[in-house]
Amino acid sequence: MLTETHGVAHVLLGNLTWAALPFVRAWRDPNVSEIIGTGAGAVVILGAIAMFALVTWLGKWRYLWTEWFTSLDHKKIGIMYVVLAGVMLARALVEAVLIRTQQAVAINAPGYVEPGHFAQLFTTHGSIMVFFMAMPFLTGLINYVVPLQIGARDMAFPYMNSVGFWLTAAGAALMMVSLAVGEFSTGGWSGYPPYTELAFSGGVGPDYWIWAISLSSLGSMTVGINVACTIFKMRAPGMNFMRLPLFCWTSLCTSILMIFAMPPLTAVTLLLAGDRYLGMHFFTDDGGGNMMNYVNMFWLFGHPEVYILILPAFGVYSEVISAFSSKELYGYTSLVLATMAIAVLSFTVWLHHFFTMGQGADVNAVFGIATMTIGIPTGVKIYDWIFTMFRGEVRFTPSMLFSIAFLVTFTLGGFTGIILATPPLDYAVHDSLFLVAHFHNMLIPGTLYGMVAGYMFWFPKAFGFRLNERWGRIAVACWVPGFFLAFFPLYLLGLAGMARRTQAVFDPAFRPWLYAALLGALLMISGLVTLFVQLYVSIRDRAANRVPVGDPWDARGLEWSVAAPPPEWNFATIPHVGDRDAFYWRKRNKGAYRAADHYRDIVLPKNSACGVVLGVASGLCCFGLIWHIWWMALLFGLLAVATIIVRPFMRDVTRVIPAVEVEAVDRAWLAQAHAARPVPREEEQSSLNQGLAEGFPELVAKRA
Amino acid sequence: MTPDPVAPALRHAGLNLRHASREEAEQVESDVFGFWVFLMSDAVVFATLFALFGTSLEATAGAPDLRAVVKLGPAFIETMLLLTSSFTFGMASIEFSRVHRLTRRHQRLAVRWLLVTWVLGTAFLGMEVNDFVTMAHNGATADRSFFLSAFTVLVGTHGLHVLTGVIWLPLMLLQLAGLGLDRPLKVNLIRLSLFWHFLDIVWIAIFSVVYLQGALR
Repeated sequence: MLTETHGVAHVLLGNLTWAALPFVRAWRDPNVSEIIGTGAGAVVILGAIAMFALVTWLGKWRYLWTEWFTSLDHKKIGIMYVVLAGVMLARALVEAVLIRTQQAVAINAPGYVEPGHFAQLFTTHGSIMVFFMAMPFLTGLINYVVPLQIGARDMAFPYMNSVGFWLTAAGAALMMVSLAVGEFSTGGWSGYPPYTELAFSGGVGPDYWIWAISLSSLGSMTVGINVACTIFKMRAPGMNFMRLPLFCWTSLCTSILMIFAMPPLTAVTLLLAGDRYLGMHFFTDDGGGNMMNYVNMFWLFGHPEVYILILPAFGVYSEVISAFSSKELYGYTSLVLATMAIAVLSFTVWLHHFFTMGQGADVNAVFGIATMTIGIPTGVKIYDWIFTMFRGEVRFTPSMLFSIAFLVTFTLGGFTGIILATPPLDYAVHDSLFLVAHFHNMLIPGTLYGMVAGYMFWFPKAFGFRLNERWGRIAVACWVPGFFLAFFPLYLLGLAGMARRTQAVFDPAFRPWLYAALLGALLMISGLVTLFVQLYVSIRDRAANRVPVGDPWDARGLEWSVAAPPPEWNFATIPHVGDRDAFYWRKRNKGAYRAADHYRDIVLPKNSACGVVLGVASGLCCFGLIWHIWWMALLFGLLAVATIIVRPFMRDVTRVIPAVEVEAVDRAWLAQAHAARPVPREEEQSSLNQGLAEGFPELVAKRA
Repeated sequence: MTPDPVAPALRHAGLNLRHASREEAEQVESDVFGFWVFLMSDAVVFATLFALFGTSLEATAGAPDLRAVVKLGPAFIETMLLLTSSFTFGMASIEFSRVHRLTRRHQRLAVRWLLVTWVLGTAFLGMEVNDFVTMAHNGATADRSFFLSAFTVLVGTHGLHVLTGVIWLPLMLLQLAGLGLDRPLKVNLIRLSLFWHFLDIVWIAIFSVVYLQGALR
């Protein structure tokens, strides 16, 4: 694939040649596979140009730079994370449809993408969905919600928050660039050597994978430290651990998992880089290398990662189900214990990802039993959520519908997990579509539904208007049946022996099931389109759906006790917490929406360009490393180091919001709250909802 | 002066922060705690590298093995250098905590202790580089076997950390000269001292697991 360059060109451009561009490849060898690659590259380039032109035309560069890119406000960084996740979700879902289409048409036929291209598709699909869709999405929600829920003004380390985001964004940018310049890895999202070593994958593909993942992994480590520190140290007075909202608990456990699980990933990707760049022998076939070390280290990260992805969604479900069942969460203590138990157990099961790779039966048995043990705390949670709904006043908002779909779908996926946790059964179905069906069955309801539910739940808080519920329900109607149609046939195909990651299929009996799966994939991508339509419709009709008072769902946590969108400083005065579901009880005891006795100056972090510079420099440094453009790697590597060095010299990093301004904003919002008409629960999905919930259900009855 | 009774006890901070206000104390507490968490995360990196080293001992592929690459003499001197540098950093921290607005004496002493620490750290690095150059002369380079890769990366990662400290320390002195001993600098000095002592602990593990094992094999 690569041709050697020489002389000046080599010094300037490293291994970068014309053949790196898919357009040139398609020109030289026009076939459907290359043309699809070209199309994808063109979408990236035209998309970037169009975005650039649009922002310039609207004259919004200054606005983006000062209000968003350089902001250290946890709310804005959280929103940027979610936007990044949305963009990457769109790309990876298109790739999923291409994968399904290829398998559906390549039955005793070549299909339309070549094996190498197909391998890139499943590699990028997996890598993006895990590292650049799910991780940014959950990080974004945590970033936005946790400080508001614990009564804090920001995260513990606002600057590191920005750095973490821009490192992740740089990794995502490398993923996008790989479409237009060069190629991506064909080694799957887990990148197992020795296949990803130079001896078998000589191109730049694995290098793109290594550096994109390393950036994301470093970013996630900063997120872990930041979130854990925020929850440990920044809680409002009275907010002791057993009064934390459950989303904070799951965020805390996720961040602890990040702190312990990200280092093995960073280490293992950099060691693989050592093999590829410096000729080391960690995982090579020769020189005594041992790929099992990679596999163990990767899954030492990889299994906790599963819970990093799932726990925040569990937190969202706890919040959503409690709010929309109009009930206190059932079994709060058991949910906390179950969350902690899952977090601890997640470090004891990594070996079940490779039962068939040479351990003895005893070792497999231990890890199989440990794996099944995780089913117990998870089962506890499922019952807790069911009992929360029991005899509650359940409102079927789109968030709630996603939560209910999760309960059913996730439980079914859990059963197939028990099958896979049994080593003898795993021997029969490992590396088949059964496995693919299983982990999608866990991660789509267990992460994606949760993230979407959280996005719909907290959107009115972040932007001050509700998302259109009708389009939300249409999205549920696409995603949920789409999921069943796309993945349940894969269980059958896996049991029938169809291997995963296969570019061509030779058994015509598989055809109907593959068609069903393709239909399901199309339904799911329609689900994504409806989410975008919902966003568009909601922005268009925002005037009618404003909820400025900030509590549209008669919900319970402190995040609902402030305006929507919240002021930059979150809380005019730091609240004192006397109970679990603090805001709910304050509302009921007529203690909410009161002005403070006196207001004080608030110190907030100033904007900083250092995070952006660090992210861009790291991304360009990695691009230089990928293409062996050493001057570029060195230059931008030094720029990154210089940024890290210069920032601590800056002393003028905070600004003060005067008390009068805080008071003015707070009193204006309180006036709005007192003027607003309370909305009964059954009307909250209508324009009557101004974000002020009506009192007790008895009062509702009296009014009727 | 007695500490503010409502302020949380500064459990980690030492650098003359005893009389901090409540907000300041909370902020410092949180800032330093974050660094402890980072060190914990960093310790996991070293743990994985130790595990790799453990599995690599027999994988020498005909290249020099542990017994051949380990020189106990220089390693012992390096250990002494690093342990002494930890002691001198501790002395610097004590002097910093006694800094008083009326006299510059303690600050001057603290700076001197830090300079000694820097010299010791740099000497350690110099000896370590010399070790690797000697190894290379004897044909023991990282690209020859899994064992040599694991050895180089384990010892080298620690070395890179020490290099970070050796770059970090003069930057702190520069801030001290230019900006004075303000709160952000105090916090960063606490972090640097934690980092320095952490590297000492990691080195003790490296000395025991790598060098002593090599000498006893």
